[in-house]
Amino acid sequence: MINKILPSAAEAVRAIPDGAVILLGGFASCGFADELLEALHVQGTGNLTLVSNNPAVAERGMALLLRDGRVSKLICSYSRKEGTSLIEDLLQAGTMQLEIIPQGTLAERVRCNGAGIPGFYTRTGVGTPLATGKEHREFEGETYLFEPALKADFALVRARRGDRWGNLVYDKSARNFTPVMAMSKARTIAQVDEIVELGVLDPEHIITPGIFVQHVVATRQA
Amino acid sequence: MSFTLNRQQIAWRVAQDIPEGAYVNLGSGMPLMVSDYVPAGREVIFHSENGLLGVGPRQTQQPFDNNLINAGNIPVTLLPGGAYFHHCDSFAMVRGGHLDISVLGAYQVAENGDLANWDLPKGRKAPAVGGAMDLAVGAKNLFVMMEYFAKDGTCKIVPQCSLPLTGQRCVTTIYTDIAVLDIINGRVVVRELIEGITLYTLQAETPVALQVSPGLQLLQAPRLDEF
Repeated sequence: MINKILPSAAEAVRAIPDGAVILLGGFASCGFADELLEALHVQGTGNLTLVSNNPAVAERGMALLLRDGRVSKLICSYSRKEGTSLIEDLLQAGTMQLEIIPQGTLAERVRCNGAGIPGFYTRTGVGTPLATGKEHREFEGETYLFEPALKADFALVRARRGDRWGNLVYDKSARNFTPVMAMSKARTIAQVDEIVELGVLDPEHIITPGIFVQHVVATRQA
Repeated sequence: MSFTLNRQQIAWRVAQDIPEGAYVNLGSGMPLMVSDYVPAGREVIFHSENGLLGVGPRQTQQPFDNNLINAGNIPVTLLPGGAYFHHCDSFAMVRGGHLDISVLGAYQVAENGDLANWDLPKGRKAPAVGGAMDLAVGAKNLFVMMEYFAKDGTCKIVPQCSLPLTGQRCVTTIYTDIAVLDIINGRVVVRELIEGITLYTLQAETPVALQVSPGLQLLQAPRLDEF
């Protein structure tokens, strides 16, 4: 019997080593896998590369890792943590590297990795500082940049409901980057608010099919 | 005496130019105010890059549902007919030319339509491009709303952007507190100007050559209080 359900967040993150590259679902203040990130924090894992649209707004999982110097590189589209100077302080101290990627390019680079595509061409960023060093190529008279697939070791995501096959559904705009991060060719660990029996999730409505998900943990009672 | 528009009035003015049926993305900050001023009865569909189409008014009922936010992290509602989707689909809409209008703020706009709105190299804030570069290349029309002059008094319409670019030749119209200007074939064309400023004065304060629309009109807006 396939059973991707693990008993605890601590167990789910145990295999994540120092130096791992980790994709995070979430946008602004919602959809982040706070409990998984906090288990990683408790475990003491460090030297992490986090790939996330932005530093999560809440003073929870991701913020704790950043604050305690566990993140050696942050890859994101929006690096400000609203209401704090945390990121500015880390950059000033020189303890964390930062790579800025346009939001749509970030999503598509992660998708490419999950879809077995080495990268894609986009007009986004042409003529800007973010085009520096990138391959430029013309298609039908327009200039495009090559953006390579973004590889990672793990994806930590949050969903509203999941089942033992790893099928996931989300809650409103908490979906955001999560299905994209989950489908990466990385070990995807999903924390869900509620685990349901197989067949409860309507096949017409499943957003992330379980093939993309390796582990499921319930972190909150429905 | 001149009658400069406040931020609400600039947002109102932008909203008047959004046609029935348009798909529109509003950038964070001042552009988000535009949705408040769409004329009654005109159906416009707002896109938010975090995976929403059919964004409605802000939530008013506490406690807020924090899983339903716009790209500016403000709790919003979804209109009947609205949809949720993930980021790749959201940026396929952006990059793929499916949006009719993107409304963004700006630090500088060059006369050829280049936009600089994401990074102040000498600023203290960490860089934050978000979806602006994708919106700049993807939307059919890019409306910029900004004050005509920066806080230091310099004109924000420039021969060439000195700040890091967001996109090249992408701005179609600039809505400001004193004028509305279209960028047509690399020239800045004044379409509306407030009462109390002459074209002569506007040109004297602007470091690029301005053209004047044959249909030049007075820039006016109803009284709207700042909040």
